[in-house]
Formats: sequence, C-alpha cells, structure tokens
Amino acid sequence: MTRLRVTALDRKLLRDLWAMKGQAAAIALVMAAGVAMFVMYLSNFESLRRTQTAYYEQQRLADVFASLKRAPERLAARLAAIPEVAAVETRVVVDVTLDVPGFTEPASGRLLSLPAAGRPILNDVVLRRGRWIDPARPDEVLASEAFVDAHGFVPGDTVSALINGRRRRLVIAGVVLSPEYVYSIRPGEMIPDNRRFGVFWMARRALASAFDMEGGFNDVSLRLRPGASPEAAIAALDRLLEPYGGRGAIPRAQQASVWTLENELMQLQSFGFVTPAIFLAVAAFVLNVALARALALQRAQIAALKALGYSNGEVGWHYLKWALAIASAGALLGIAAGVWLGGAMIGLYNEYFKFPSLDYGLSWRVGLAALGFSLAAAVLGARAAVARAVRIPPAEAMRPEPPARYHTGLAASAGLLRRLPHAARMIVRNLERQPARAAMSVAGIASAGGILLVGFAFIDAMDRLITQQFEEALRQDVTLAFVEPRGPSALHAVARLPGVLQVEPVRIVPARLRVGHRSRPLAVTGLVAEPRLNRVLDLDGRPYPMPVSGLLLSSLLATALDVRPGDVVQVEVLEGRRPVRQVLVAGTVEDAMGLQAYMEIEALGALIGEGSTVSGAYLLVDEAANDALHARVKALPVVAGLAIKQAMLRSFRETLAENMDLMIVMNVLFAGIIAFGVVYNAARVSLSERSHELASLRVLGFTRTEISMILLGELAVLTTLALPAGSVLGVGLGWLIATGFTSEVFRIPFMASWPAHAWTWLTVIAAAAVSGLAVRRRLDHLDLVAVLKLQG
Amino acid sequence: MPAADRETVERALVFDARGLTKVYAMGDVPVHALRGIDFDLRASEFVVLLGPSGSGKSTLLNILGGLDTPTAGQVLYEGEDLARADDAALTEYRRRHVGFVFQFYNLSPSLTARENVALVTEIADDPMAPDEALRLVGLEHRLDHFPAQLSGGEQQRVAIARAIAKRPAVLLCDEPTGALDITTGIVVLEAIARVNDELGTATVVITHNAAIAAMADRVVRLADGRIAGVERHESRQRAAELVW
Ligand SMILES: Nc1ncnc2c1ncn2[C@@H]1O[C@H](COP(=O)(O)OP(=O)(O)OP(=O)(O)O)[C@@H](O)[C@H]1O
Ligand SMILES: [Mg+2]
Repeated sequence: MTRLRVTALDRKLLRDLWAMKGQAAAIALVMAAGVAMFVMYLSNFESLRRTQTAYYEQQRLADVFASLKRAPERLAARLAAIPEVAAVETRVVVDVTLDVPGFTEPASGRLLSLPAAGRPILNDVVLRRGRWIDPARPDEVLASEAFVDAHGFVPGDTVSALINGRRRRLVIAGVVLSPEYVYSIRPGEMIPDNRRFGVFWMARRALASAFDMEGGFNDVSLRLRPGASPEAAIAALDRLLEPYGGRGAIPRAQQASVWTLENELMQLQSFGFVTPAIFLAVAAFVLNVALARALALQRAQIAALKALGYSNGEVGWHYLKWALAIASAGALLGIAAGVWLGGAMIGLYNEYFKFPSLDYGLSWRVGLAALGFSLAAAVLGARAAVARAVRIPPAEAMRPEPPARYHTGLAASAGLLRRLPHAARMIVRNLERQPARAAMSVAGIASAGGILLVGFAFIDAMDRLITQQFEEALRQDVTLAFVEPRGPSALHAVARLPGVLQVEPVRIVPARLRVGHRSRPLAVTGLVAEPRLNRVLDLDGRPYPMPVSGLLLSSLLATALDVRPGDVVQVEVLEGRRPVRQVLVAGTVEDAMGLQAYMEIEALGALIGEGSTVSGAYLLVDEAANDALHARVKALPVVAGLAIKQAMLRSFRETLAENMDLMIVMNVLFAGIIAFGVVYNAARVSLSERSHELASLRVLGFTRTEISMILLGELAVLTTLALPAGSVLGVGLGWLIATGFTSEVFRIPFMASWPAHAWTWLTVIAAAAVSGLAVRRRLDHLDLVAVLKLQG
Repeated sequence: MPAADRETVERALVFDARGLTKVYAMGDVPVHALRGIDFDLRASEFVVLLGPSGSGKSTLLNILGGLDTPTAGQVLYEGEDLARADDAALTEYRRRHVGFVFQFYNLSPSLTARENVALVTEIADDPMAPDEALRLVGLEHRLDHFPAQLSGGEQQRVAIARAIAKRPAVLLCDEPTGALDITTGIVVLEAIARVNDELGTATVVITHNAAIAAMADRVVRLADGRIAGVERHESRQRAAELVW
C-alpha cells in the first residue's frame, strides 16, 4: 500500500463533507468573510508600511522638524553641533496665495526652498516628470504631483503666486513627490483638496530674496544619530531657536503627513484584528453546532470505528479534519477575496497618499496568519464536538441510539403551551430542549446585526458630522486668513470687499499647551464671545459661548492633557513676545474636532500682550459677488488664503462617498453572510434532527406548508429574538469602537439612528429569509420512504 | 469435516475468563449484569450464547471483545488479562485480534461495501484483500454499492466481511440476524459458519433464536448474569438445515 493512497476514512470524510456541502459552504463563507477582512486590512497595512518605510529612508525624511520666524544661516553650525544631530537642513518655507489659470477661486500654495546646488540633504523629492530647476532661473519651480494632476498641468505650464505683495509667475519645470507631503492637507482643513493646495520647491536664493530671508532661514529639519533621543534633540533645538522665534520643534511622528499616515496604519491594524475576530468567533460557533449534530448522527459509526480498532486519536483526528477542511476552504476563499478587496482598497489609498509607487502585496506572513487563525478557529469550534465523539464508548456500537430527551419546559409549566397551536408547541419545545444552542444561534445572528448596525451607524454619524460641521458649526461662507496678524482696522477693509455681508474676527495663536510632562503643540483659537459664524458645538449641536476668561478645551485635548475644568494649563505662546502663562481651564466641550483650544478673542489678545489683533476673519458673502471677491482677494498681498466652505464640503463629500459605498457594500455583504450562515446552519441542524418526525407528520396527513411552518417558525423565532439583541450588541460595539479608535484628528460620535436600526433589521431578515427558502426547498423534497426507513 | 475429528484435536485456548462480574451503577441501584462467570473459548470453536433479555449476553461479549472491562474477575487472552488492560491496549487488542458483527450493521453509509471493508484492512497487520473478504460472504457482485443500496442481509454480510478481513483470532457477533428475516438470516449465518470453517476463527454468536444453536459446537445459556447450562454438540447442523 502506498502512502499516497486515499484511505477509506478520508474517503468517508470527503463524502460526508459533500453530503453537508450546504452547511460546510455556509461555515466556510463566514470564515472567508473574516479572513477576507483580515487579509484586506493587514495586507494594506503591510503594503503601506513597507512603502512608507522605504520611501522615508530613500528620500531621507528628517527626524525632527521646526519652524521659526527667522534665524541667520550661521546658526546652522550650532544646530549641527547638538550631540544627537547627524544632519541639518535649513530652508525657507512660506505660504502664499495662488492664482491658478482657469480657476476662479484663490488657491493656497506652500513654497519650499531648494539648496543652491545639489539635492536637499534631508526631505529630498522624487522627480516624476520634467526636469530639475535651473538655478539660474528664479521663476522655475518643482510642483507637487497631486496639484499638477488635479489641474491637468504639464511641465512648462505656469501659475501665479502673490509673493510679498507682488504677483510672480512660476514656471513648472518638474513634477515631484515629497515624503513630507505623502498626505498633503491645507492647514485647518479636514481632507486634502489637491486643486486648492499645492506645494512648490524653488531656488533658495529666489525665494529668500522675495521674502527678506537672504542669509537666513525659517525652517529647519534634523536627522538624528541612530539611537539618539528625539526628546533631548528637540529640547536642545528649541533652546537654540527660541531667540529666533522658534515655534516648537516636533518629532517626525508628529509631522502632519507622517502622523495622518500613522493614524491610518494604526486603524488598519486594529480593524484588521477586531472585525475578523468577530467573524471567526461566529464561524467557530456555527462549526461547533454543525459538527456536534453531524457527530450525533454518526454516533453509532464512531462507536463501530472504535470497536473495529481505531484509536481515540485516529477517530478524533478524523473528525477534526472535517473542521480543518472547511476552515482551509474558507481561508483560501477569504485570502483570494481579501487580496481582491485589498487591491481595491489600495486604490483608495493611492488617491489619499502620494507615494512614488504604492503597490499592493500580500506577504506570506499575512497569508499564513490568515490560514492559521481560521484553522485555530476551526479547532476551537470543533474541539468540544470532537472531544465528545472521542468519549463515545465503543460498546455503544452494540446499541441503537437512544431517543432524544424532551422535558416539560418553562413555557409548558407556565401553562403557556396549552393555548398555542400544535406547530407552535413543537417549536417552543424544540427551542427549550436545546436552550444553549438556541441562545448561541441568537447570539450568532445578533452579531451579524451588530456588525451591520455599526456599519450603518458609522455612515450615519459621518453624514451627521458633516451636516453639523458645515451647516451648523461653520456658518460662514468663506474663511479668510491674513499673512500676518493685523490690527482691528483690517476688519473694516475686509467688510468693504465685494459681496461681504458679515464679518467675524478670529485670532489664531500657535502655542504649546503643557501640563506636567504632557504637552501638545497646537493653535489656540480666539473667537468672539458669542460666535455667530464659526461656532463651537458639542455633539448634540449645542453652541458653546466663549468663557469670559480661561480656555475652552475640546474633551479630546482635555483627555490628552489629563485636565478638568478648574485645572491650570501652561500656555507657551510660540510667536511674538512668546509669553508663558498659566491659564485656567474654564470648560470642556464634547465636540467632533479633535484637539482644539478656544479663548475669547479679547482675552487671548490680553494673554499674548497684543491687544485686539486678528489673524483672519469669517465672512458671510453674497454668492452673486463671488467672482469679484475671489479676483479681489487674489490681488491682496495681506491675505494668505481664502477657504471656501462649499468647495470644502464638495471635496469632502466626493472623497467620502467613494469610501462609504465600498464600506456599505462590504458590510452588508459580510454581515449578510454571517446571518445567512448562522440561520441556514440552525435550520439544517433542526431539519436533520427532525426529518424523521416531520416525515412522520407528512405521512399522517400534514401538508408541506404545515410542516414547513414548524421548521421555519423556529427560524423566525430565533431571528426575531436576535434582532433586538443585534441592536444592543451593535450599540455596544459601536461605542467600543468610537472610544477605542478615537484618533486625535477628529472624532466620529457613535449614535445609531432609527433608520440605521431599520436597515440592520431588514438586512438580517432578508438573509434569514434566504436561508429559510433554501431549507424550505429541502423540506419539499423530503424523501418520506428514505427517512422512515432509517431508525429513529 | 466430521465433528469427531475436531474433538480429538486438543485446540489452543483463545479465552480463559474466570469469575467475571459486571456491576452497572444506575443511580443508587447497582445492576448486576454478570455475577461471576467462567468462560473459555478454543481456537476455531463455534459457540452460541443463549438467554433471556437482560441476562448479560451482550455484557459478556463486550468484555471478551475489549469494548468494556469487568468489575471483577479476569479475562486471559494469549496470557494477557484484558480486565486490567488500559484503553490504548484494548484498542490495540481490538485492532489486531477481534472481529465484530453488530446487530444494526453499523456500516459507514458514505462508504461503499469495499471501502467499508478497507476501513479495517487499512489498519490491520496481515489482512486479506477487501474483495476477497466480500467474496467469502458471497458479495463479490456488490463491491461498489453503498449501504443504502444493499438489503439488510447484504449489509450484515458486508459487516461480516469487514469483521473477518483482518483474519481475526475471534469473531464476536451480537444478534447478527436480529434485524433480518429467516431466509436472509440463514444466508448471514452461513457466511459466519463458512468463515469459522475455512479460516478457523473462533466464533461467538449471541442469538435469541434457539434453533440457531444447532449450528454450534457448544451452546452456553445465561440467566440473570450466571451460566445456566452448557451443551456440547457432537455434530453441527448446516445453517440451511436449521428449523426456525
Ligand atoms: N450501560 C449500562 N448501564 C446500566 N445497565 C446496563 C448497561 N448495559 C447493560 N445494562 C444492564 O445489564 C443487564 C444485562 O444487559 P445485557 O445488555 O448484557 O443483556 P442481554 O442479555 O444482551 O439482553 P438483550 O438480549 O436484550 O440484548 C441488563 O439488566 C441491562 O439493563
Ligand atoms: Mg444484548
């Protein structure tokens, strides 16, 4: 006998599996759904991580970033002398207003200097198209690919920038990508808008002369020695930069693009484990029920195998292989689906994150882990059933199977049963006979409901967040930012711009908030006492007035700093005279906006010792005058930028819609699979346990419909119980996700609306109905003779 | 073969059981299934166990077959005491030495006749080919049928083929004809007798049908867990000659 021969036992395995192919497929599908998510999330995580690491390495992304007002170039030598520092790159960086041909609204641009000769030591760019700038030509720039592509530019095209009051033509010589702007977002916005924000690199000399930065710099990046502490380097750097208007250095991890990417990676990783875990748990349960039933049917065979000399190990392994075969099929299907979905997902990332090449790849690690997890779930699910099989004494092969035990259950003792029709009585008895199993089925279906609800509610919440932010909180049409803080008279000038109906001042002050060892660099926003345009709202939409004195902190910030109202925060102002003040926390607000600190504008002015300066204004404008306003603003040297709410809203919705569609489809599909799998399995097990009884009833003259009622009624009861349970589970799960995965970027409140519940219920009912129909077809083909021929 | 010839040969002892007792604890009430039984079995001997329901026949057979262990007493098989063997040793014993035939056949419904036999030959040391075993029970034309495609008697003959394919030292049958009609029952008994004859397998058959006893070398009657009587037959009747 050769070793490769399929043994009779394995043949039995294959045929038995084939006989329960419907159930096996349902279980494998649930597993596949979990595995697909795991593979999708984690392969994307790995692809992003791999690409990111290589990219940062290749382009020499700095370890520490700092900006300042102006320092002489000779300071660079002292920075390089900091013990932790391996390399220093000084730059001139300025934000300007752009006038883009064929685009009426003003856009924002950031100009970064390139060294006079050679490539930057740190934060090097990747030239994608065109050529490097000619140092002899001060008007040539390299432009970020996202911006160039959004406008359909080619090398040789031009844009105008308002540089220090003068309009300058910039010729795009080359198109580049930068590791600093993998995710490029205009300061103060929530989502990238590549048409309204562009990054440009130009010759140091040209940029410096336009901004009075000759012989100086206002931005510095450091590379640290391997193993050096970033904290120590930052402290030393901050000390050296302080006299020159340093705004507080940040480690690479806090650099905007790196940080956003890091947040996304963290989310991918946690979702990649949490969601699949739920699916695999459900799969394990379904497998357990299915296998327990299959083994119950095979009790006599198992005993016979043992009587014939098969050992416990052989018998156990045989039945474990059932589970492993199903899990392997599920895992392979899931990996295939996960790779396919992962490819689609990386497509989305390619729109958000600009890498030279972000390619999708599935590593062996993820593939094997997926297989490993599903096999583990299978073993977990099969363990109890297999152990029970192994415990069957071989002498039992000598006896017929004892009849199933029913007993007078709760419902009966309550006298409830007598008032129910026969079919209902049988349903109740059967559920009562296996209360644990019924409860598990309910839990399984409920977990499908829970997952669905979280998905629907999340979409709902996103939508509400947008509505709240854009319609209730940000009631201005336009946000205007000055290049430099200006006196109150600037507001009068703004009020006279074309179409302006209402003006509300804002003062934004960069500062580091510190409590003990906790600190966050951010901007304190000064608003009028009772803002009418840009309002601060809590999650319920209640507006918060500015406190007369002290800070109003977003609760996320309060948590990050571990402070409560009444505590004191040290505010280290990072501009002007850079005062350091102790400020009372007057209140906190449960908002959706991440890390925010607000003050009343006059109080803020007093705090920094500047009086009533403004750094920008919120405007209500007459739409008809939009073009005139835009044209006017583009020519105003004091204005750094104009953010148009409608445009922000549009781009936000566009980007989001794409993500949401994919999410809804996946959610409904995957949760539907769970609901289907659990219900179908429950139905098949019931059918198998009771085919004899049901066939007998048919022989006694019951109609197909009547016996279907018994079985389908049971499913209906399970599903009905599972619906509210699913809602509860979903709310709990959503709360867990909302609190567990809150990033500091922004916060999505979890609140399941009635429509979200309704959609959840409908989807679960639909999935249950489909499996009911599948079982009903089997009932219709119930072979009376065959069923009755078998003993009990 | 004339019975007299067989008698003259002093055949090897297969089983030597002494003082077998089996007590089942059913709740508080102990059930005495066996109350001290001495039983021996010699090579190629054909023994029929008779007795009323509940008299302990199956219990005795299960103990002999290593499916169960006695509460007290000893069962020597090739010098080893089965009463003191652990689960692994009993499995090994069943695997190498015993063939079982159950009342309800207990075939694997998803395997063909040949595969059901192969189930055993694959784990045995020196088995015959499944086809050969099936030919011995007259099923050479039903090799690729599934149990559902076989009659009850045919299924039981597959079970016999499965039991003897490993060339066991003992063949233990618990009411092999219990679920069968007369004619089918006779075919099955003929198959058992033929195996006993041709392979010299020591055979124990439990039955409720006293008529079958005529086939045996020896008939052991059990009553209430004790041996109530033993009779030896000078000559064995062929199954076809039995009067039911
Ligand atoms: N697993 C068990 N637990 C408790 N009592 C048992 C068990 N197996 C058998 N008995 C009891 O032991 C006694 C002998 O049973 P056994 O099965 O040996 O009888 P039998 O002679 O084979 O009867 P039958 O002809 O009906 O098969 C009976 O009273 C039976 O109820
Ligand atoms: Mg019996």
